[in-house]
Amino acid sequence: MDVGQMQRQLVEYTKSLFIEGYLDSQFLQLQQLQDESNPSFVAEVVSLFFEDSERILKDLTFALEQKIIDFKKVDAHVHQFKGSSSSIGAQRVKNACIAFRGYCEEQNVNSCTRCLQQVKQEYFIVKNKLETLFRLEHQIIGAGGSIPMVELSF
Amino acid sequence: MNLSNNVKGSMSTASSSSALKSGGDGAGAVDQFPAGLRVLVVDDDPTCLMILEKMLRTCFYEVTKCKRAEVALSLLRENKNGFDIVISDVHMPDMDGFKLLEHIGLEMDLPVIMMSADDSKNVVMKGVTHGACDYLIKPVRIEALKNIWQHVVRKKKNEWKDLEQSYNSTEEGDRQQKASDEADYSSSANEGNWRNAKKKRDEEEDAEDKDDTSTLKKPRVVWSVELHQQFVAAVNQLGIDKAVPKKILELMNVPGLTRENVASHLQKYRLYLRRLSGVSQHQSNMNNSFISPQEATFGTMSAFNGIDLQALAAAGQLPAQSLAALQAAGFGRSTAKVGVSVPLVDERNLFSFENPRLRYVDGQQQHLRSTKPTNLLHGIPTNMEPRQLTNLHQPTQSLGGMNVNASTAQSNSLLMPMAQSQPRGQMLNENTTSHVPRLPLSVGQPTVPNGISNAALGRNGIAGNNRGAAYNPIPQTTTLMASFPANQATEMSASRFPLGSTPGISGIPPKGTFQEEDTSGIKGSGGFVPSYDIFEELHQQKSHDWGQNVGLTSYDTSQCVNLHGNIDVLPSVIVHQSFSSPTQQTGQNRDSTLIGKAMYSQGKGLEQGNLQNIDQNLHQLVENPARVKTEIISDVNSHSNFFPGLYGQDDLMSALLKQQEAIGAAENEFDFDGYSLDNIPV
Repeated sequence: MDVGQMQRQLVEYTKSLFIEGYLDSQFLQLQQLQDESNPSFVAEVVSLFFEDSERILKDLTFALEQKIIDFKKVDAHVHQFKGSSSSIGAQRVKNACIAFRGYCEEQNVNSCTRCLQQVKQEYFIVKNKLETLFRLEHQIIGAGGSIPMVELSF
Repeated sequence: MNLSNNVKGSMSTASSSSALKSGGDGAGAVDQFPAGLRVLVVDDDPTCLMILEKMLRTCFYEVTKCKRAEVALSLLRENKNGFDIVISDVHMPDMDGFKLLEHIGLEMDLPVIMMSADDSKNVVMKGVTHGACDYLIKPVRIEALKNIWQHVVRKKKNEWKDLEQSYNSTEEGDRQQKASDEADYSSSANEGNWRNAKKKRDEEEDAEDKDDTSTLKKPRVVWSVELHQQFVAAVNQLGIDKAVPKKILELMNVPGLTRENVASHLQKYRLYLRRLSGVSQHQSNMNNSFISPQEATFGTMSAFNGIDLQALAAAGQLPAQSLAALQAAGFGRSTAKVGVSVPLVDERNLFSFENPRLRYVDGQQQHLRSTKPTNLLHGIPTNMEPRQLTNLHQPTQSLGGMNVNASTAQSNSLLMPMAQSQPRGQMLNENTTSHVPRLPLSVGQPTVPNGISNAALGRNGIAGNNRGAAYNPIPQTTTLMASFPANQATEMSASRFPLGSTPGISGIPPKGTFQEEDTSGIKGSGGFVPSYDIFEELHQQKSHDWGQNVGLTSYDTSQCVNLHGNIDVLPSVIVHQSFSSPTQQTGQNRDSTLIGKAMYSQGKGLEQGNLQNIDQNLHQLVENPARVKTEIISDVNSHSNFFPGLYGQDDLMSALLKQQEAIGAAENEFDFDGYSLDNIPV
C-alpha cells in the first residue's frame, strides 16, 4: 500500500468514526490543537485518557461490587468519566455515562451494573478504534507521508 | 514580542505579565493583552487538565496546572499576585470546587471560572451564588477559553472604580469615577484604567468650559441661603409629608419664584433628607457617578452650543443643588449649600464630552437603568419623574437594580434597553450587592447615565445626551428619590429641568406643571410613560436591543442628540417613577405625591394600555432609536405635543421614524436653538 492509499484509508476511517458516532467534534478540536511544535498531542492525550479511564472503571467495578453500594461515590466516578470522555470526544462513552448517572440517581443496582457493562463495552470499542487510527497514522508517517486533515463539518 | 512563536504559551513574557498585572499600562498592556494572562487550572481529571493546558497555551496564556485544590490554594497563597484568573473543576475529590472558589474569593479576590461536565441548573446556580465569574460546561471548547480575559479586566475595572469611589470626596472625583464607571460599563474591552483617567480629565476640562458659558445663558433661580431658609421654614410648617410645591410657594411668597422651582428644590431637599437619614452611600456614590456620566453624555452633545449651556445651567443648577445636597451629605460637605456650583460643573462636563463618551453612556445607561432609574431623572422634567420613579423602582428590582422600574415610563423603556444590554451583567451583580430599597441604583453603579441624563435634562431636553450620561443624573436622583416616598418624586420632577422646554430655565417651568398635577404636566409624564413602558418592556425583553440602540447615539450628532434626549428624558421619567413607587414594579405607586398621582394616572393608563403597544413599539424603537428620540424630543419641546407623541406608540414610532429620516424635521418641532433633537424639551 502506498502512502496515498494509506492516507485515503485513514481519512475514510476517521470519517466513519465520526459518522458512526464514536467520536464527536471535540475530537476535532483536539486535532486542531495539534501542530508542529506538538505533533503527538492527540496521541498523548488519548493515552492519558486510556490510563485514567481504566482506573475509573476499576473503581467503578469495585464500588458496585460492594455489599452496600455507595451510590454517591458511584455517581462521582461516573461523572468524572463522563467529563473525561467528553473532553476526548468519545461520544458513545459519554452517552453511556449519562444513562448510567440516571440509574445512579434511582439507586437501581441492577440497572447500574448493566450500565457499567455498557460503559465498559463502549470504552473498549472506542479504545480499539483510536488505537487503529493511531496505527494508521504511524504507518503513514513511517512511509514518509503526512497526516491528512480530515474535513468534517459539524 | 513574538507571540506567534510561542505556541506553548510561554510567551507571557514578564513584560506582558507585568502589564497585565499593572492593569492598565496603557499601550503596552493593550498590545499584548490578553496574551500572557496567568491562568491557574485546577482539575483532578488528568485528561481534561492536559487538554485545557494545551488550549490555554494556544490562546497565548500562561498556564499552571494543578490536580488538587489544596495545592492550588497554596500556590495562590505563595504568589499573591502570581495569577490573574483561576479555572477550577467543580467535582474534586479532596475539596469541593465551590469551597475553593470561596477561599479564593476571600483571600485573593481573583476571578474564578467554574467548570464541570454537570450542566444542571442548580449546580450552575451554585456557581453564581458562590461568586464565580463564569461557568463552563465540559467539554470545554477553545473558543470559550479565548475570552476569559474579560473577567480579569472587568474585575480590575470594578476594583478601580471602587477605589475611586472611596477616594472621591469631591464632585470631581465623582466625575472621574463616573468616567471610569462609564468605561466599565461601556464594554468589557476596556483595557486599563488609563482610559478612564483620560476620560475624566477630558470631562473635567470640558465641564469647566461649559460652566462659563452656561452661567451666561439662562437666568436661573439661585437658591440663596435666605431663600432656602424660607423654603425650609415653609416645608416644616406644612410638614414634610404634606409639603407640596404649590403650598410651599404660597407660604414663601417670593415673587418670581415658580412652582417648578420649588418643586425641583423640594425634590432635592427630600433627597438630601433621605440621605441624612442614612441613605446608603451608594447614592452618594451614585450621585458622584452620575456626575461623571453626565459629563460624558454631555460630551456627546458637543453639538449643542448656547442652548446646551443654558440647559446645563438650568439643569445644573437644580441638580447641582440636589447633588450638592447629596454629596454634601455623603462627603461631609455642608448641605446648606443650595446652589452648589460644583455639580453644575459636573453637568457641564457632561455636556462637553465628546461622542466617544457615548460608549460609556450606553454602558452607563444600562447601569442606570438597572441601578437607578431615578437618578436619570435628575435633570429630567418633573413630570416624568414621579411616574418614572415608580417605574424605576420596580424594574430595578427585577433587573437587579435596573432603573427599569419605570415600566411605564417611556424613558424606562428607552433607558432600559440601553442599560440592559450592558450593565446587565454588571449591574446585576452590583445591584444585588447594593441595597436596593431605593432603587436598584444603589447597586453602586453610579449609573453614569443617570448623571448624564440629569445634565441632559437641564439642557432642555436631554437632547442627544449620551444615553449613558443622561442616565446618570437620573440614577442619582432616583436613588435619592427612591428612598423618599413619592413625594420626593415630585420634588424631583420639580427640580428636574424641563426637558423639552426651551433651553434655559424657561423650559423648566413646563415641567413644573407636572408636579402640580396639571394635566399638561401629567401629559408630559404621560408622554414619557409610554416610553417607559416601552423601555421597560424592551428592557426586559430585549435588553440587547436597546443596548444596541443606545449605541445609536453614535450616529450623527443630530440623531444622537435626539436619542440622548430621549433617553435622558426617560431616565428622569423613570426615576420619578421609581421614586414614587420603589416597590412597585409597574410603577403604579402613585400615592406619593399629587404629581406623582397625576402622572401616574396618566401614565398608568398609558402604561398599561401602552405596555403592549409600547413593547411593540419598543421593538421598533429599538431598531430605530433615532425615532424614539424624535418622539421624545418633539414631545419635550412642546408640552402639548409632548404627551400626544408619547402616548401613542404609533406616534412614537412615527416620531422615531421621522427622526431617522429627517432630523431636521425634528428640529423644527423643538424650540431649541440650533439643536436638533438634542434637547428633549420637557
